Amino acid sequence: MSDSLKYFRENRLPHIWCPGCGHGTVTGALVRAIAKLKLDKNKIVVVSGIGCSSRAPGYLDFDTLHTTHGRALAFATGIKLSRPELKVIVMTGDGDCTAIGGNHFIHAARRNIDITTILMNNNIYGMTSGQYSPMTPKGMLGTTAPYGNTERSFDLAKLSIAAGATYVARATAYHAVLLEELIEKALLNPGFSVVEALSQCPTYYGRKNKLGTPVDMMTWFKDHAVNIKAAAVMSPEKLEGKFLIGEMHNSPEPEFTAEYSALAEGVRRKFDSFQGGLRECAQNSD
Amino acid sequence: MPSVKLMQGNEACTLGALTAGLDFFAGYPITPSTEIAELCAEELPKVGGKFIQMEDEIASMAAIIGASLTGRKAMTATSGPGFSLMQENIGYASLAEVPVVIINVQRVGPSTGMPTSPSQGEVMQARWGTHGDHPVVVLAPGNVKECFDLTVKAFNIAEDYRIPVVVLTDEVIGHMREKVVLPDFETVKVTRRKAPASPGGYKPYEADPDGGVPLMASFGQGYRYHVTGLFHDETGFPSNRGDVADVLIRRLMKKVENAEPLIRDYATESIEDCEILVVAFGSSAMSSLSAVRQARAKGIKVGLFRPKTIWPFPEEPLRELSSQVKRVIVPEMNLGQLVLEIERVIGCRAPVERLSKVNGELFKPEEILFVIMGGEK
Repeated sequence: MSDSLKYFRENRLPHIWCPGCGHGTVTGALVRAIAKLKLDKNKIVVVSGIGCSSRAPGYLDFDTLHTTHGRALAFATGIKLSRPELKVIVMTGDGDCTAIGGNHFIHAARRNIDITTILMNNNIYGMTSGQYSPMTPKGMLGTTAPYGNTERSFDLAKLSIAAGATYVARATAYHAVLLEELIEKALLNPGFSVVEALSQCPTYYGRKNKLGTPVDMMTWFKDHAVNIKAAAVMSPEKLEGKFLIGEMHNSPEPEFTAEYSALAEGVRRKFDSFQGGLRECAQNSD
Repeated sequence: MPSVKLMQGNEACTLGALTAGLDFFAGYPITPSTEIAELCAEELPKVGGKFIQMEDEIASMAAIIGASLTGRKAMTATSGPGFSLMQENIGYASLAEVPVVIINVQRVGPSTGMPTSPSQGEVMQARWGTHGDHPVVVLAPGNVKECFDLTVKAFNIAEDYRIPVVVLTDEVIGHMREKVVLPDFETVKVTRRKAPASPGGYKPYEADPDGGVPLMASFGQGYRYHVTGLFHDETGFPSNRGDVADVLIRRLMKKVENAEPLIRDYATESIEDCEILVVAFGSSAMSSLSAVRQARAKGIKVGLFRPKTIWPFPEEPLRELSSQVKRVIVPEMNLGQLVLEIERVIGCRAPVERLSKVNGELFKPEEILFVIMGGEK
């Protein structure tokens, strides 16, 4: 724990999350993974959008950027392309990432830019008090789905893989040890990585849907999650009503900023070429 | 060595940006600004800079803000529909005080409008496009050479005051080719944001409440600071306190208010003895200049006032000038936007006549001359 604490801005705690919320567990897993990898805290930038999940960076002792709703990955893309030497992490939520930020998400994945995205999926817009999101399961209640959600929900893992992410995994706030391991592997993947962390929202999602206490909600995660390795030998009947956790996809491919730098190396030349007007960029070394 | 080139406004903007030290461009294809993105794609990798074509203009603004936070000089270019999408993150750059430059080559709107025709319909959007009181500076080149000059100036203002700066051109200025005498690039004045000396005790938003500009650290340099679009105190962390919000928003606005006399830029023609004054910017000013010269040849005492900084508006010189004239004529390729500011500045000193054109065509000098001569609009 002491190892992890040094990555927190202790003077910013306690956090704003509700009692029983899973987001602290997910943030803890990220920090432990960073501590285990002994990453240089001066070379990490954590970017977020808007929502409960997006308050996490404020508590972390890195360069942190709390942006506009859904845009974290677009800001992060500018940072990573500018300074490929930085480790860029995006902390986002199901609404932030897959609704308003859906376009940025699929394009970051398509580029395979080296950004690690931690998506805290609580199946609801928590900050605005309980509206349904693109990851609210069909039939579940939200304040804007008072008779049950009639929309189908995204399977983030499938979406990520289809869009081009090279590392994709899923765990829950109950499976904290697994979550930490998966985040560690995601941080090591030189490309676009997605870790979906199911996180209980007892205040809005839980209460609206009568899912019980935070412990009940975590027990539900425990009882309904099946590791993808175990699922491989299970019948479709046995998998009915379950969801998969573990490493869904790990298939490294050439990374975007590295590819751009390699291309630039080939065309670089001194100023004076474009109609006499170019200066060498002042701070470029990469 | 100064050099003479034939180039279009979009090229001159790009060249100005590169001269100012452009490191990073993110953009999305849109007529009539696309040449700027194309040139940046070609030139930036040659000098160690970065180009990226984003998925939309929202993302383009976001990416240049991210790049600027790492110490880069960053820019995007767009036109009306894209400029609308950028407003969200222009507000972010204003509040978080991130220097960025936006070239907006105006075409006829609203909506998709007339993509290949010029307009000046974004005077108000450029100033008030994003929600809330916010600082922004808008520069309006009146010819191709000024596209170069004012883009350099845009970067300097963005860096000096940590604000987004818009270079507002239009389809005609952007695509028109002119002979341009370019300066010796090494002599062009280029500034860079002031950075703190060391991370110890760094407060990212500590500044004189009277319009002070905080020192800006770059991400990745060991400062480990927080940037947010929420109202924040001098530590950069969010605050819901009314007094903190009040101090912040007033300081942000005061930055530009204080800067106005320093960044003020305008041109005049034949104003010494003028009794009629034409006030115009951008490509409308080109037609106006021709009309003023033709009228002078007929012995009419008419002059031209052409603001190059339109936000903040150079009010003092115009107010002074308006005291000596009997009429003020404001030709604009919109239904009356900058004229509202001109009327405010001039007050009752002289009657202001609006001359509007929204058919996607430039003013013909004769149309302005006709009004100068006393014809009905």
